[in-house]
Amino acid sequence: MNWLIAILQTILFVMLAPLLAGWVKYCKCRLQNRKAPSLFQPYRDLIKLTHKQPVVSEQASWLFIKAPYIIFSATVLAATVVPLIAVDLPTSASADVIVMVGFFAFARFFLALAGLDVGTAFGGMGSSREMTISSLAEPAMLMAIFTLTMTASTTNLSFAITYLLNDGLVLRPSFVFALAALVLVAVAETGRIPVDNPATHLELTMIHEAMILEYSGRHLALIEWASQLKLMLYGVLIANIFFPWGIAETFSIQALGYGLLAIMGKLGVLAIFLAMLETLFAKMRLFRVQEYLSFAYLLGLLGLLSHIILEAAR
Amino acid sequence: MNIEQLDFYTQAILSMAALVGLTSFLMLGQGRLLRLIFVFALQGFLLTLTTALSAYSLNNHHLYISAVLTLVLKVVFIPWMLRRQVLQMNMHRDIEALKNNTLVMLGGAGLMLFSYYVLHPIVQSSSVVMLNALAVSLSVMLLGMLLMISHRQAIAHVVGFMSIENGLFFAAIVATNGMPMVVELGVAFDVLVAAVLFGIFFLHIRTSIDSLDVDLLNKLHEVDK
Repeated sequence: MNWLIAILQTILFVMLAPLLAGWVKYCKCRLQNRKAPSLFQPYRDLIKLTHKQPVVSEQASWLFIKAPYIIFSATVLAATVVPLIAVDLPTSASADVIVMVGFFAFARFFLALAGLDVGTAFGGMGSSREMTISSLAEPAMLMAIFTLTMTASTTNLSFAITYLLNDGLVLRPSFVFALAALVLVAVAETGRIPVDNPATHLELTMIHEAMILEYSGRHLALIEWASQLKLMLYGVLIANIFFPWGIAETFSIQALGYGLLAIMGKLGVLAIFLAMLETLFAKMRLFRVQEYLSFAYLLGLLGLLSHIILEAAR
Repeated sequence: MNIEQLDFYTQAILSMAALVGLTSFLMLGQGRLLRLIFVFALQGFLLTLTTALSAYSLNNHHLYISAVLTLVLKVVFIPWMLRRQVLQMNMHRDIEALKNNTLVMLGGAGLMLFSYYVLHPIVQSSSVVMLNALAVSLSVMLLGMLLMISHRQAIAHVVGFMSIENGLFFAAIVATNGMPMVVELGVAFDVLVAAVLFGIFFLHIRTSIDSLDVDLLNKLHEVDK
């Protein structure tokens, strides 16, 4: 029964990810006074792409064709670790948050390799940029996550969220810093506006799009889906760690339904914030990104420090 | 003592302290003057909230007056005046090139750590709130000084100076449950007078060296070296 719910939760994760991307796009369009595409447009795009024949360069090796499957499955595995609507599931109990970061790194490694594989200038450029950014973003993210794990004394997300739920409403200064750090990292890692522009293929400054420029057809669909999933993963992490209320602790239908509603509400609000951020800010110069990420690291460090100094038992 | 066992007021004060510290860091990394002034106003607003919170929880009515004073002076008047000066001198489009921004930020983190380290022996005997309030206010003061050292524009120096005063004010509110009204009024008007005086200074610096970049003041030698 528990395994069934775990599998259902993962399927839900994968299925809802394009909807979240559509909702972000909808909010963004409305904020920019444009007519928004339907919320289900990302689904239609994915279906359309799967029907198209993928075109692969003659120079491409086996890696180029295998990479989308590896990236997608690694991201789905990362999604199994994160509690979406219920805690205490067997999948999330068997792996902790460091494994999740590992899955992200694994997917990113293959994405960068695939970008390099065909040997176009754009692919290599995108890969090198992605690796630069992620090498700075990953420590910052771990710092923010360690603040949580030190509070709950476990690196397991499911147990940590249960611990926070049982504590009730406690205002922790360290979480203020950790939340800010995690938001900054999430924006950088999912390639949203101050760092990378998800809506363009025509800029020399693109990062994520540069790597996947050579992909088409179902391969492109899988990579797009994986990046939508990644956006949702970060959203769920932020929502469920810092605002864990509503997540199901028992496996009754009622609690699960309530959990689903809660997470959809939280993600909906978070997406509005993301759309506002993307509308208000201009894209940064690439060489400012390291300042931005070192600020995120600093915030994570301060969160950890204020946890140790202010909140630990003395 | 764990944070879960503290009452809600203390937790809120602790979070406020963290936010005030955060705004200090935001100011430190800011290259644009208008945004710097905005973050300064935000810090003033957080101070107002803290004052109102402690007024409510300690049932101390004169602190409400102090909160209103902070709101009027530090959130509205001083930022408005600085903003007007920036716009008048047409400096709002300049981006100040901060040298070694990352290094300055890490130095700021070091200062925060240092202030906790320095205050640790003092507060062994007192409560967690005291430790936090004093340490955060000391680090806000030190970060204000770092802001004055690392930025070159005179207006940024004034903001740094005011944020040092904010740090002192925060310590006074949280650690002593509010100073006597006379002292607070005195400090508030001192700040007001300082802000006006700084405005006059800006004018003089600007007429003599045609810029507000204080590094250029080094060039005011009689003889070229």
